[in-house]
Amino acid sequence: MKESDTEAPSVCAGCKATLTRRERERRLFVCPRCGHHDRIGANTRLTQLLDPDSFRELDAKVRSRDVLEFPDTPSYGARLAAAETATGHSEAVVTGLGAIGGTAVAIGVFDFRFMGGSMGSAVGERLARVIDRARTKRLPLVLVTASGGARMQEGMYSLMQMAKLAGVLGRLREAGVPYVSVMTDPTTGGVAASVALLGDVNLAEPGALVGFAGPRVIATTPGEELPADFQRSEFLFAHGMIDQVVERRHLRSTLTRVLTMLRGPRAQSARRR
Amino acid sequence: MARTYLDFERPLAALDARIETLARGGDTAEQRRTEAERRRLARRVAAGLTAWQRVQLARHVDRPQTLEYVEGFCDDFFELHGDRAFRDDPAVVAGVGKTPQGPLVIVGHQRGHGTRDRVRRSFGMASPEGYRKAVRAFELAERLGMPVVTFVDTQGAYPGVGAEERGLAESIARSLQTMATLRVPIVTVVIGEGGSGGALALGLADRVLMQEYACYSVISPEGAAGILYHNQGRKDVARAAEALRLTAQDLLRAALVDELVPEPMGGAHRRPARAIAKVSERVRWHLHDLAGQRVRDLLGKRHARYREIGAHTT
Ligand SMILES: [Zn+2]
Repeated sequence: MKESDTEAPSVCAGCKATLTRRERERRLFVCPRCGHHDRIGANTRLTQLLDPDSFRELDAKVRSRDVLEFPDTPSYGARLAAAETATGHSEAVVTGLGAIGGTAVAIGVFDFRFMGGSMGSAVGERLARVIDRARTKRLPLVLVTASGGARMQEGMYSLMQMAKLAGVLGRLREAGVPYVSVMTDPTTGGVAASVALLGDVNLAEPGALVGFAGPRVIATTPGEELPADFQRSEFLFAHGMIDQVVERRHLRSTLTRVLTMLRGPRAQSARRR
Repeated sequence: MARTYLDFERPLAALDARIETLARGGDTAEQRRTEAERRRLARRVAAGLTAWQRVQLARHVDRPQTLEYVEGFCDDFFELHGDRAFRDDPAVVAGVGKTPQGPLVIVGHQRGHGTRDRVRRSFGMASPEGYRKAVRAFELAERLGMPVVTFVDTQGAYPGVGAEERGLAESIARSLQTMATLRVPIVTVVIGEGGSGGALALGLADRVLMQEYACYSVISPEGAAGILYHNQGRKDVARAAEALRLTAQDLLRAALVDELVPEPMGGAHRRPARAIAKVSERVRWHLHDLAGQRVRDLLGKRHARYREIGAHTT
Protein backbone atom coordinates (compact mmCIF):
# COMPACT_ATOMS: atom_id res chain seq x y z
CA MET A 1 0.00 0.00 0.00
CA LYS A 2 1.28 3.44 -0.80
CA GLU A 3 1.73 5.83 2.08
CA SER A 4 1.60 8.99 -0.05
CA ASP A 5 -2.19 9.23 -0.18
CA THR A 6 -2.83 9.22 3.59
CA GLU A 7 -5.32 12.08 3.20
CA ALA A 8 -7.23 10.34 0.42
CA PRO A 9 -10.79 9.52 1.50
CA SER A 10 -12.01 5.95 1.50
CA VAL A 11 -15.45 4.50 2.12
CA CYS A 12 -16.26 1.91 4.81
CA ALA A 13 -17.49 -1.36 3.28
CA GLY A 14 -19.80 -1.80 6.27
CA CYS A 15 -21.60 1.55 6.67
CA LYS A 16 -20.29 3.73 3.80
CA ALA A 17 -18.77 6.25 6.22
CA THR A 18 -15.89 8.24 4.71
CA LEU A 19 -12.56 8.35 6.48
CA THR A 20 -9.07 9.32 5.41
CA ARG A 21 -6.48 6.63 5.13
CA ARG A 22 -4.56 8.17 8.03
CA GLU A 23 -7.62 7.90 10.28
CA ARG A 24 -8.27 4.34 9.19
CA GLU A 25 -4.70 3.36 9.91
CA ARG A 26 -4.84 4.99 13.34
CA ARG A 27 -7.90 2.87 14.09
CA LEU A 28 -6.21 -0.33 12.85
CA PHE A 29 -8.49 -0.31 9.78
CA VAL A 30 -11.61 -0.82 11.86
CA CYS A 31 -14.53 1.53 11.22
CA PRO A 32 -15.23 3.76 14.27
CA ARG A 33 -18.89 3.97 13.34
CA CYS A 34 -19.92 0.39 12.60
CA GLY A 35 -16.93 -1.65 13.77
CA HIS A 36 -16.36 -3.21 10.36
CA HIS A 37 -12.96 -4.89 10.24
CA ASP A 38 -11.27 -4.24 6.91
CA ARG A 39 -8.98 -6.84 5.42
CA ILE A 40 -5.37 -5.88 6.02
CA GLY A 41 -2.12 -7.02 4.44
CA ALA A 42 0.52 -9.14 6.12
CA ASN A 43 2.89 -6.25 6.88
CA THR A 44 0.17 -4.19 8.54
CA ARG A 45 -0.89 -7.24 10.56
CA LEU A 46 2.65 -8.00 11.67
CA THR A 47 3.17 -4.37 12.68
CA GLN A 48 -0.04 -4.43 14.72
CA LEU A 49 0.71 -7.69 16.51
CA LEU A 50 4.45 -7.98 17.03
CA ASP A 51 6.79 -6.16 19.38
CA PRO A 52 8.60 -3.41 17.44
CA ASP A 53 11.59 -4.64 15.43
CA SER A 54 11.17 -8.21 16.67
CA PHE A 55 10.26 -9.79 13.32
CA ARG A 56 12.70 -11.83 11.31
CA GLU A 57 11.21 -13.20 8.11
CA LEU A 58 12.12 -16.75 7.08
CA ASP A 59 11.92 -18.64 3.79
CA ALA A 60 10.98 -15.65 1.62
CA LYS A 61 12.84 -17.44 -1.16
CA VAL A 62 10.38 -20.32 -1.16
CA ARG A 63 8.24 -19.50 -4.19
CA SER A 64 5.69 -21.16 -6.39
CA ARG A 65 6.17 -22.06 -10.01
CA ASP A 66 3.79 -22.88 -12.82
CA VAL A 67 4.31 -26.62 -12.50
CA LEU A 68 1.21 -27.57 -14.54
CA GLU A 69 1.75 -24.85 -17.16
CA PHE A 70 -1.77 -23.93 -16.25
CA PRO A 71 -3.78 -22.44 -19.12
CA ASP A 72 -4.98 -19.38 -17.23
CA THR A 73 -5.29 -15.83 -18.57
CA PRO A 74 -3.35 -13.97 -17.38
CA SER A 75 -0.90 -16.81 -16.90
CA TYR A 76 -0.13 -18.12 -13.43
CA GLY A 77 3.37 -16.67 -13.67
CA ALA A 78 1.93 -13.26 -14.52
CA ARG A 79 -0.52 -13.52 -11.64
CA LEU A 80 2.30 -14.31 -9.20
CA ALA A 81 4.31 -11.34 -10.47
CA ALA A 82 1.33 -8.98 -10.21
CA ALA A 83 0.55 -10.19 -6.68
CA GLU A 84 4.13 -9.61 -5.65
CA THR A 85 4.04 -6.07 -7.00
CA ALA A 86 0.74 -5.38 -5.23
CA THR A 87 1.72 -6.77 -1.85
CA GLY A 88 5.51 -6.56 -1.64
CA HIS A 89 5.51 -10.24 -0.65
CA SER A 90 6.71 -13.15 -2.74
CA GLU A 91 3.87 -15.45 -1.63
CA ALA A 92 0.46 -15.42 0.07
CA VAL A 93 1.87 -16.14 3.51
CA VAL A 94 4.69 -14.39 5.37
CA THR A 95 6.42 -16.50 8.01
CA GLY A 96 9.10 -15.89 10.57
CA LEU A 97 10.10 -15.44 14.18
CA GLY A 98 9.07 -12.56 16.40
CA ALA A 99 7.78 -11.61 19.82
CA ILE A 100 4.33 -10.71 21.11
CA GLY A 101 4.27 -8.87 24.42
CA GLY A 102 7.69 -10.30 25.23
CA THR A 103 6.90 -13.91 24.32
CA ALA A 104 8.98 -15.27 21.46
CA VAL A 105 6.76 -16.88 18.82
CA ALA A 106 6.90 -18.59 15.44
CA ILE A 107 4.36 -16.79 13.28
CA GLY A 108 2.71 -17.03 9.88
CA VAL A 109 0.42 -14.35 8.46
CA PHE A 110 -1.61 -14.67 5.26
CA ASP A 111 -2.06 -11.81 2.82
CA PHE A 112 -5.43 -12.13 1.11
CA ARG A 113 -4.40 -9.66 -1.59
CA PHE A 114 -1.92 -12.24 -2.86
CA MET A 115 -4.15 -14.39 -5.12
CA GLY A 116 -6.85 -14.55 -2.48
CA GLY A 117 -4.45 -15.95 0.10
CA SER A 118 -4.61 -19.23 -1.79
CA MET A 119 -2.43 -22.14 -0.72
CA GLY A 120 -0.12 -23.68 -3.28
CA SER A 121 3.17 -25.49 -2.76
CA ALA A 122 5.09 -22.44 -1.54
CA VAL A 123 2.46 -21.45 1.04
CA GLY A 124 2.31 -25.05 2.26
CA GLU A 125 6.09 -25.31 2.46
CA ARG A 126 6.55 -21.99 4.26
CA LEU A 127 3.91 -22.97 6.79
CA ALA A 128 5.41 -26.44 7.24
CA ARG A 129 8.82 -24.91 7.87
CA VAL A 130 7.60 -22.37 10.40
CA ILE A 131 5.60 -25.06 12.20
CA ASP A 132 8.69 -27.29 12.29
CA ARG A 133 10.65 -24.30 13.59
CA ALA A 134 8.09 -23.81 16.35
CA ARG A 135 8.49 -27.47 17.32
CA THR A 136 12.28 -27.65 17.30
CA LYS A 137 12.72 -24.29 19.08
CA ARG A 138 9.73 -24.95 21.33
CA LEU A 139 8.16 -21.60 20.47
CA PRO A 140 4.39 -21.16 20.56
CA LEU A 141 2.93 -21.02 17.05
CA VAL A 142 0.65 -18.20 15.93
CA LEU A 143 -1.04 -18.37 12.52
CA VAL A 144 -3.21 -15.54 11.20
CA THR A 145 -5.25 -16.89 8.30
CA ALA A 146 -6.98 -15.12 5.39
CA SER A 147 -7.46 -17.46 2.46
CA GLY A 148 -9.97 -18.73 -0.05
CA GLY A 149 -8.39 -22.20 0.14
CA ALA A 150 -6.23 -24.35 -2.10
CA ARG A 151 -4.73 -22.71 -5.20
CA MET A 152 -6.30 -24.09 -8.37
CA GLN A 153 -3.31 -23.27 -10.58
CA GLU A 154 -1.15 -25.95 -8.94
CA GLY A 155 -3.83 -28.63 -9.01
CA MET A 156 -3.22 -31.62 -6.78
CA TYR A 157 0.07 -30.21 -5.49
CA SER A 158 -2.07 -27.61 -3.72
CA LEU A 159 -4.53 -30.10 -2.28
CA MET A 160 -1.71 -32.23 -0.90
CA GLN A 161 -0.42 -29.28 1.14
CA MET A 162 -3.37 -29.96 3.45
CA ALA A 163 -2.01 -33.44 4.13
CA LYS A 164 1.50 -32.06 4.59
CA LEU A 165 0.28 -29.52 7.17
CA ALA A 166 -1.82 -32.11 9.00
CA GLY A 167 1.41 -34.05 9.48
CA VAL A 168 3.60 -31.20 10.75
CA LEU A 169 0.80 -29.90 13.00
CA GLY A 170 0.38 -33.42 14.36
CA ARG A 171 4.03 -33.48 15.32
CA LEU A 172 3.79 -30.06 16.93
CA ARG A 173 0.87 -31.32 18.95
CA GLU A 174 2.74 -34.45 20.05
CA ALA A 175 5.70 -32.28 21.06
CA GLY A 176 3.45 -30.30 23.40
CA VAL A 177 4.00 -26.91 21.79
CA PRO A 178 0.93 -24.67 21.84
CA TYR A 179 -0.70 -23.27 18.71
CA VAL A 180 -2.96 -20.22 18.63
CA SER A 181 -4.98 -19.77 15.45
CA VAL A 182 -6.35 -16.35 14.52
CA MET A 183 -8.95 -16.48 11.77
CA THR A 184 -9.59 -13.31 9.80
CA ASP A 185 -11.85 -12.45 6.89
CA PRO A 186 -12.10 -14.71 4.95
CA THR A 187 -10.82 -18.17 5.96
CA THR A 188 -12.37 -20.93 3.86
CA GLY A 189 -11.67 -24.12 1.92
CA GLY A 190 -8.43 -26.02 2.29
CA VAL A 191 -6.86 -23.58 4.73
CA ALA A 192 -9.88 -23.70 7.04
CA ALA A 193 -9.92 -27.50 6.72
CA SER A 194 -6.24 -28.01 7.52
CA VAL A 195 -4.54 -25.49 9.81
CA ALA A 196 -7.04 -22.78 10.76
CA LEU A 197 -9.48 -24.74 12.90
CA LEU A 198 -6.89 -26.97 14.58
CA GLY A 199 -5.58 -24.38 17.04
CA ASP A 200 -5.27 -25.28 20.71
CA VAL A 201 -6.90 -21.89 21.00
CA ASN A 202 -9.02 -20.63 18.11
CA LEU A 203 -9.58 -16.88 17.89
CA ALA A 204 -11.33 -14.89 15.18
CA GLU A 205 -11.92 -11.26 14.33
CA PRO A 206 -15.53 -10.02 14.43
CA GLY A 207 -17.56 -10.64 11.29
CA ALA A 208 -14.90 -12.76 9.59
CA LEU A 209 -16.19 -15.29 7.06
CA VAL A 210 -15.03 -18.72 8.22
CA GLY A 211 -16.19 -22.01 6.74
CA PHE A 212 -15.39 -24.86 4.39
CA ALA A 213 -17.66 -24.33 1.40
CA GLY A 214 -17.75 -20.92 -0.21
CA PRO A 215 -21.06 -19.12 0.46
CA ARG A 216 -22.03 -19.34 -3.22
CA VAL A 217 -21.98 -23.13 -3.33
CA ILE A 218 -23.94 -23.76 -0.13
CA ALA A 219 -26.88 -26.00 -0.97
CA THR A 220 -30.16 -24.69 0.33
CA THR A 221 -33.50 -26.32 -0.10
CA PRO A 222 -36.17 -24.10 -1.66
CA GLY A 223 -37.58 -21.71 0.93
CA GLU A 224 -34.68 -22.31 3.32
CA GLU A 225 -33.01 -19.09 4.41
CA LEU A 226 -29.44 -18.86 5.58
CA PRO A 227 -28.98 -17.67 9.16
CA ALA A 228 -28.13 -13.95 9.21
CA ASP A 229 -24.59 -14.48 10.52
CA PHE A 230 -24.04 -17.73 8.60
CA GLN A 231 -20.32 -18.66 8.43
CA ARG A 232 -19.34 -15.53 10.35
CA SER A 233 -17.08 -15.77 13.39
CA GLU A 234 -19.99 -15.10 15.78
CA PHE A 235 -21.84 -18.03 14.17
CA LEU A 236 -18.82 -20.31 14.63
CA PHE A 237 -18.44 -19.10 18.19
CA ALA A 238 -22.07 -19.94 18.91
CA HIS A 239 -21.54 -23.42 17.43
CA GLY A 240 -18.44 -24.18 19.46
CA MET A 241 -15.73 -23.86 16.83
CA ILE A 242 -14.04 -20.73 18.17
CA ASP A 243 -12.91 -19.90 21.71
CA GLN A 244 -13.21 -16.14 21.49
CA VAL A 245 -14.16 -13.50 18.95
CA VAL A 246 -11.64 -10.71 19.53
CA GLU A 247 -11.81 -7.15 18.24
CA ARG A 248 -8.70 -6.08 16.42
CA ARG A 249 -7.80 -3.43 18.98
CA HIS A 250 -7.65 -6.18 21.64
CA LEU A 251 -5.92 -8.81 19.54
CA ARG A 252 -2.36 -8.03 20.58
CA SER A 253 -3.19 -7.86 24.28
CA THR A 254 -5.29 -11.03 24.05
CA LEU A 255 -2.46 -12.91 22.35
CA THR A 256 0.02 -11.56 24.92
CA ARG A 257 -2.17 -12.86 27.72
CA VAL A 258 -2.92 -16.27 26.29
CA LEU A 259 0.68 -16.88 25.18
CA THR A 260 2.04 -16.25 28.68
CA MET A 261 -0.57 -18.62 30.08
CA LEU A 262 -0.09 -21.48 27.59
CA ARG A 263 3.09 -22.62 29.27
CA GLY A 264 2.70 -26.02 30.81
CA PRO A 265 5.40 -27.58 32.97
CA ARG A 266 6.70 -29.28 29.81
CA ALA A 267 7.37 -25.99 28.09
CA GLN A 268 9.01 -24.57 31.22
CA SER A 269 11.32 -27.51 31.73
CA ALA A 270 12.21 -27.33 28.06
CA ARG A 271 13.19 -23.70 28.52
CA ARG A 272 15.43 -24.48 31.44
CA ARG A 273 17.35 -27.09 29.49
CA MET B 1 -28.93 -55.98 -15.55
CA ALA B 2 -29.79 -52.62 -17.09
CA ARG B 3 -26.60 -50.86 -18.00
CA THR B 4 -25.94 -47.17 -18.31
CA TYR B 5 -23.89 -45.99 -21.30
CA LEU B 6 -22.18 -42.62 -21.49
CA ASP B 7 -22.15 -40.81 -24.86
CA PHE B 8 -18.73 -42.06 -25.84
CA GLU B 9 -19.65 -45.60 -24.73
CA ARG B 10 -22.65 -45.74 -27.12
CA PRO B 11 -20.90 -47.66 -29.90
CA LEU B 12 -20.31 -50.45 -27.37
CA ALA B 13 -23.97 -50.62 -26.40
CA ALA B 14 -25.06 -52.04 -29.77
CA LEU B 15 -22.38 -54.73 -29.65
CA ASP B 16 -23.23 -55.62 -26.04
CA ALA B 17 -26.88 -56.09 -27.02
CA ARG B 18 -25.88 -58.23 -29.99
CA ILE B 19 -23.57 -60.40 -27.84
CA GLU B 20 -26.41 -61.00 -25.40
CA THR B 21 -28.78 -62.03 -28.19
CA LEU B 22 -26.18 -64.35 -29.69
CA ALA B 23 -25.46 -65.90 -26.30
CA ARG B 24 -29.16 -66.69 -25.85
CA GLY B 25 -29.35 -68.10 -29.39
CA GLY B 26 -26.32 -70.32 -28.86
CA ASP B 27 -24.43 -69.10 -31.97
CA THR B 28 -21.00 -69.43 -30.37
CA ALA B 29 -18.86 -68.74 -33.44
CA GLU B 30 -20.69 -65.52 -34.24
CA GLN B 31 -20.66 -64.60 -30.55
CA ARG B 32 -16.87 -65.00 -30.37
CA ARG B 33 -16.45 -62.88 -33.47
CA THR B 34 -18.65 -60.13 -32.05
CA GLU B 35 -16.86 -60.24 -28.71
CA ALA B 36 -13.53 -59.79 -30.45
CA GLU B 37 -14.96 -56.86 -32.35
CA ARG B 38 -16.20 -55.40 -29.05
CA ARG B 39 -12.75 -55.73 -27.48
CA ARG B 40 -11.15 -53.91 -30.40
CA LEU B 41 -13.69 -51.12 -30.21
CA ALA B 42 -13.41 -50.86 -26.42
CA ARG B 43 -9.65 -50.57 -26.74
CA ARG B 44 -10.04 -47.79 -29.30
CA VAL B 45 -12.51 -45.95 -27.06
CA ALA B 46 -10.21 -46.36 -24.04
CA ALA B 47 -7.13 -45.13 -25.90
CA GLY B 48 -8.85 -41.97 -27.05
CA LEU B 49 -10.41 -40.98 -23.74
CA THR B 50 -10.10 -37.32 -22.80
CA ALA B 51 -9.65 -36.16 -19.21
CA TRP B 52 -13.30 -35.13 -19.07
CA GLN B 53 -14.45 -38.52 -20.35
CA ARG B 54 -12.34 -40.12 -17.64
CA VAL B 55 -14.07 -37.96 -15.03
CA GLN B 56 -17.40 -39.20 -16.36
CA LEU B 57 -16.20 -42.80 -16.09
CA ALA B 58 -15.02 -42.12 -12.53
CA ARG B 59 -18.53 -40.88 -11.71
CA HIS B 60 -20.31 -43.69 -13.56
CA VAL B 61 -23.43 -44.79 -11.65
CA ASP B 62 -22.70 -48.48 -12.29
CA ARG B 63 -19.16 -48.31 -10.90
CA PRO B 64 -18.56 -50.54 -7.88
CA GLN B 65 -18.51 -48.64 -4.60
CA THR B 66 -16.98 -49.08 -1.16
CA LEU B 67 -19.50 -51.67 0.05
CA GLU B 68 -18.91 -53.86 -3.01
CA TYR B 69 -15.15 -53.74 -2.50
CA VAL B 70 -15.74 -54.56 1.16
CA GLU B 71 -17.81 -57.57 0.18
CA GLY B 72 -15.12 -58.76 -2.19
CA PHE B 73 -12.33 -58.18 0.28
CA CYS B 74 -13.80 -59.46 3.55
CA ASP B 75 -15.36 -62.71 4.74
CA ASP B 76 -17.42 -60.70 7.18
CA PHE B 77 -17.94 -57.00 7.76
CA PHE B 78 -19.34 -55.47 10.91
CA GLU B 79 -20.51 -51.96 10.11
CA LEU B 80 -20.20 -49.18 12.67
CA HIS B 81 -22.74 -46.38 12.67
CA GLY B 82 -22.77 -42.92 14.14
CA ASP B 83 -20.30 -40.33 15.37
CA ARG B 84 -21.47 -40.68 19.00
CA ALA B 85 -22.31 -37.00 19.02
CA PHE B 86 -25.04 -36.15 16.53
CA ARG B 87 -26.06 -38.82 14.00
CA ASP B 88 -24.97 -41.45 11.52
CA ASP B 89 -23.82 -40.16 8.14
CA PRO B 90 -24.65 -42.74 5.46
CA ALA B 91 -22.30 -40.97 3.00
CA VAL B 92 -19.43 -42.66 4.82
CA VAL B 93 -19.23 -46.38 5.55
CA ALA B 94 -17.00 -47.57 8.40
CA GLY B 95 -16.53 -50.92 10.04
CA VAL B 96 -14.39 -53.88 10.97
CA GLY B 97 -13.68 -56.47 8.32
CA LYS B 98 -12.60 -60.08 8.71
CA THR B 99 -10.11 -61.38 6.16
CA PRO B 100 -7.96 -64.53 5.94
CA GLN B 101 -5.00 -62.27 6.76
CA GLY B 102 -6.67 -60.93 9.91
CA PRO B 103 -9.08 -58.22 10.94
CA LEU B 104 -8.85 -54.66 9.69
CA VAL B 105 -10.79 -51.41 9.70
CA ILE B 106 -12.36 -50.18 6.47
CA VAL B 107 -13.68 -46.68 5.85
CA GLY B 108 -14.96 -45.24 2.60
CA HIS B 109 -17.37 -42.92 0.85
CA GLN B 110 -20.55 -44.58 -0.39
CA ARG B 111 -22.40 -42.77 -3.19
CA GLY B 112 -25.25 -45.23 -3.20
CA HIS B 113 -27.09 -47.21 -5.87
CA GLY B 114 -30.55 -46.20 -7.11
CA THR B 115 -32.26 -42.89 -6.45
CA ARG B 116 -33.47 -43.54 -2.90
CA ASP B 117 -30.17 -44.90 -1.66
CA ARG B 118 -28.22 -42.13 -3.36
CA VAL B 119 -30.37 -39.40 -1.86
CA ARG B 120 -30.14 -41.02 1.58
CA ARG B 121 -26.35 -41.05 1.25
CA SER B 122 -26.16 -37.48 -0.08
CA PHE B 123 -24.50 -38.97 -3.19
CA GLY B 124 -21.44 -39.76 -1.11
CA MET B 125 -20.91 -36.18 0.02
CA ALA B 126 -19.93 -36.48 3.66
CA SER B 127 -21.01 -34.26 6.53
CA PRO B 128 -18.93 -33.67 9.69
CA GLU B 129 -20.54 -36.74 11.26
CA GLY B 130 -19.12 -38.88 8.46
CA TYR B 131 -15.58 -37.71 9.09
CA ARG B 132 -16.04 -38.02 12.85
CA LYS B 133 -17.29 -41.58 12.43
CA ALA B 134 -14.18 -42.21 10.33
CA VAL B 135 -11.94 -40.82 13.10
CA ARG B 136 -13.72 -43.07 15.57
CA ALA B 137 -12.94 -46.08 13.38
CA PHE B 138 -9.30 -44.99 12.82
CA GLU B 139 -8.75 -44.68 16.56
CA LEU B 140 -10.30 -48.08 17.16
CA ALA B 141 -7.91 -49.57 14.60
CA GLU B 142 -4.98 -47.93 16.35
CA ARG B 143 -6.02 -49.18 19.77
CA LEU B 144 -6.44 -52.74 18.55
CA GLY B 145 -3.43 -52.69 16.22
CA MET B 146 -5.44 -53.31 13.05
CA PRO B 147 -4.47 -51.87 9.67
CA VAL B 148 -6.78 -49.41 7.93
CA VAL B 149 -8.03 -49.48 4.34
CA THR B 150 -9.95 -46.50 2.97
CA PHE B 151 -11.83 -46.04 -0.29
CA VAL B 152 -12.17 -42.55 -1.77
CA ASP B 153 -15.21 -41.94 -3.95
CA THR B 154 -16.84 -38.52 -3.62
CA GLN B 155 -17.39 -35.33 -5.55
CA GLY B 156 -16.62 -33.48 -2.29
CA ALA B 157 -17.85 -32.82 1.22
CA TYR B 158 -21.50 -31.89 1.63
CA PRO B 159 -21.88 -28.12 1.21
CA GLY B 160 -24.93 -27.70 3.42
CA VAL B 161 -25.99 -25.28 6.14
CA GLY B 162 -26.09 -27.98 8.81
CA ALA B 163 -22.70 -29.36 7.78
CA GLU B 164 -21.14 -25.91 8.15
CA GLU B 165 -22.97 -25.36 11.42
CA ARG B 166 -21.49 -28.54 12.84
CA GLY B 167 -17.93 -27.73 11.76
CA LEU B 168 -17.23 -29.33 8.39
CA ALA B 169 -13.80 -27.70 8.08
CA GLU B 170 -12.79 -28.82 11.56
CA SER B 171 -13.97 -32.38 10.95
CA ILE B 172 -11.91 -32.65 7.76
CA ALA B 173 -8.82 -31.18 9.42
CA ARG B 174 -9.23 -33.53 12.40
CA SER B 175 -9.53 -36.57 10.16
CA LEU B 176 -6.37 -35.56 8.27
CA GLN B 177 -4.44 -35.05 11.49
CA THR B 178 -5.64 -38.37 12.89
CA MET B 179 -4.55 -40.22 9.76
CA ALA B 180 -1.21 -38.39 9.71
CA THR B 181 -0.29 -39.65 13.16
CA LEU B 182 -2.15 -43.00 13.30
CA ARG B 183 0.17 -45.75 14.56
CA VAL B 184 -1.07 -48.49 12.19
CA PRO B 185 -0.63 -48.97 8.41
CA ILE B 186 -3.07 -47.17 6.12
CA VAL B 187 -3.77 -48.05 2.47
CA THR B 188 -6.07 -45.84 0.40
CA VAL B 189 -7.65 -46.65 -2.95
CA VAL B 190 -9.24 -43.92 -5.04
CA ILE B 191 -12.04 -45.90 -6.70
CA GLY B 192 -14.01 -43.11 -8.37
CA GLU B 193 -13.93 -39.36 -8.15
CA GLY B 194 -11.56 -37.80 -5.62
CA GLY B 195 -13.17 -34.40 -5.09
CA SER B 196 -10.88 -32.00 -3.18
CA GLY B 197 -10.71 -31.78 0.63
CA GLY B 198 -13.73 -34.00 1.23
CA ALA B 199 -11.91 -36.81 -0.60
CA LEU B 200 -8.46 -36.21 0.86
CA ALA B 201 -9.97 -36.29 4.37
CA LEU B 202 -10.14 -40.09 4.03
CA GLY B 203 -7.05 -40.42 1.85
CA LEU B 204 -3.92 -39.66 3.87
CA ALA B 205 -2.10 -42.98 3.82
CA ASP B 206 1.16 -44.92 3.65
CA ARG B 207 0.17 -46.12 0.18
CA VAL B 208 -2.27 -44.37 -2.13
CA LEU B 209 -3.52 -46.45 -5.06
CA MET B 210 -5.69 -45.18 -7.85
CA GLN B 211 -7.82 -47.14 -10.22
CA GLU B 212 -7.09 -46.61 -13.89
CA TYR B 213 -10.20 -44.51 -14.59
CA ALA B 214 -10.42 -42.78 -11.22
CA CYS B 215 -9.65 -39.09 -10.97
CA TYR B 216 -8.50 -36.82 -8.18
CA SER B 217 -8.66 -33.04 -8.24
CA VAL B 218 -8.26 -29.92 -6.15
CA ILE B 219 -11.51 -28.58 -7.63
CA SER B 220 -14.20 -30.10 -9.86
CA PRO B 221 -13.83 -29.46 -13.60
CA GLU B 222 -17.19 -27.64 -13.42
CA GLY B 223 -15.94 -25.39 -10.62
CA ALA B 224 -12.67 -24.69 -12.40
CA ALA B 225 -14.46 -23.89 -15.67
CA GLY B 226 -16.64 -21.42 -13.78
CA ILE B 227 -13.57 -19.62 -12.48
CA LEU B 228 -11.40 -19.89 -15.59
CA TYR B 229 -13.90 -19.28 -18.33
CA HIS B 230 -16.91 -17.94 -16.40
CA ASN B 231 -18.71 -20.77 -18.04
CA GLN B 232 -19.79 -24.31 -17.36
CA GLY B 233 -20.58 -25.34 -20.93
CA ARG B 234 -19.41 -28.79 -22.04
CA LYS B 235 -16.39 -27.55 -23.95
CA ASP B 236 -15.13 -25.36 -21.13
CA VAL B 237 -15.59 -28.08 -18.53
CA ALA B 238 -13.63 -30.46 -20.77
CA ARG B 239 -10.84 -27.87 -21.13
CA ALA B 240 -10.74 -27.36 -17.38
CA ALA B 241 -10.58 -31.12 -16.76
CA GLU B 242 -7.54 -31.28 -19.04
CA ALA B 243 -5.84 -28.35 -17.30
CA LEU B 244 -6.25 -29.74 -13.79
CA ARG B 245 -4.17 -32.88 -14.51
CA LEU B 246 -6.57 -35.04 -12.58
CA THR B 247 -6.30 -38.45 -14.23
CA ALA B 248 -4.68 -41.43 -12.53
CA GLN B 249 -1.92 -41.29 -15.15
CA ASP B 250 -1.26 -37.61 -14.39
CA LEU B 251 -1.05 -38.24 -10.66
CA LEU B 252 1.20 -41.25 -11.02
CA ARG B 253 3.53 -39.25 -13.26
CA ALA B 254 3.66 -36.50 -10.62
CA ALA B 255 4.34 -39.17 -7.95
CA LEU B 256 1.32 -37.94 -5.98
CA VAL B 257 -0.04 -41.50 -5.90
CA ASP B 258 1.96 -44.70 -5.62
CA GLU B 259 0.27 -47.10 -7.98
CA LEU B 260 -2.26 -47.30 -10.76
CA VAL B 261 -4.59 -50.31 -10.47
CA PRO B 262 -5.63 -51.52 -13.95
CA GLU B 263 -9.33 -51.82 -14.68
CA PRO B 264 -11.14 -54.21 -17.01
CA MET B 265 -11.50 -52.91 -20.56
CA GLY B 266 -14.07 -50.14 -20.60
CA GLY B 267 -13.90 -49.57 -16.86
CA ALA B 268 -14.67 -51.21 -13.51
CA HIS B 269 -18.42 -50.95 -14.12
CA ARG B 270 -18.22 -53.29 -17.14
CA ARG B 271 -16.64 -56.20 -15.18
CA PRO B 272 -17.13 -55.33 -11.49
CA ALA B 273 -16.02 -58.74 -10.17
CA ARG B 274 -12.72 -58.48 -12.01
CA ALA B 275 -12.15 -54.90 -10.86
CA ILE B 276 -12.86 -55.86 -7.26
CA ALA B 277 -10.53 -58.86 -7.42
CA LYS B 278 -7.71 -56.74 -8.82
CA VAL B 279 -8.10 -54.03 -6.17
CA SER B 280 -8.31 -56.66 -3.41
CA GLU B 281 -5.13 -58.28 -4.64
CA ARG B 282 -3.18 -54.99 -4.68
CA VAL B 283 -4.49 -53.86 -1.30
CA ARG B 284 -3.52 -57.22 0.20
CA TRP B 285 -0.06 -56.92 -1.29
CA HIS B 286 0.48 -53.46 0.20
CA LEU B 287 -0.91 -54.46 3.60
CA HIS B 288 1.49 -57.39 3.64
CA ASP B 289 4.35 -55.15 2.62
CA LEU B 290 3.57 -52.67 5.41
CA ALA B 291 2.85 -55.27 8.07
CA GLY B 292 6.43 -55.95 9.10
CA GLN B 293 7.40 -52.31 9.61
CA ARG B 294 8.11 -50.84 13.01
CA VAL B 295 5.67 -48.09 14.00
CA ARG B 296 8.47 -45.56 14.15
CA ASP B 297 9.58 -46.28 10.59
CA LEU B 298 6.02 -46.41 9.33
CA LEU B 299 5.20 -42.98 10.76
CA GLY B 300 8.54 -41.54 9.66
CA LYS B 301 7.98 -42.64 6.06
CA ARG B 302 4.36 -41.49 6.04
CA HIS B 303 5.44 -38.09 7.32
CA ALA B 304 8.24 -37.79 4.76
CA ARG B 305 5.93 -38.88 1.95
CA TYR B 306 3.72 -35.80 2.44
CA ARG B 307 6.38 -33.45 3.79
CA GLU B 308 8.21 -33.69 0.46
CA ILE B 309 5.23 -32.91 -1.77
CA GLY B 310 5.50 -29.53 -3.42
CA ALA B 311 6.43 -27.78 -6.63
CA HIS B 312 8.18 -24.82 -5.05
CA THR B 313 11.67 -23.33 -5.36
CA THR B 314 14.42 -23.88 -2.72
ZN1 LIG C 1 -18.40 1.44 8.96
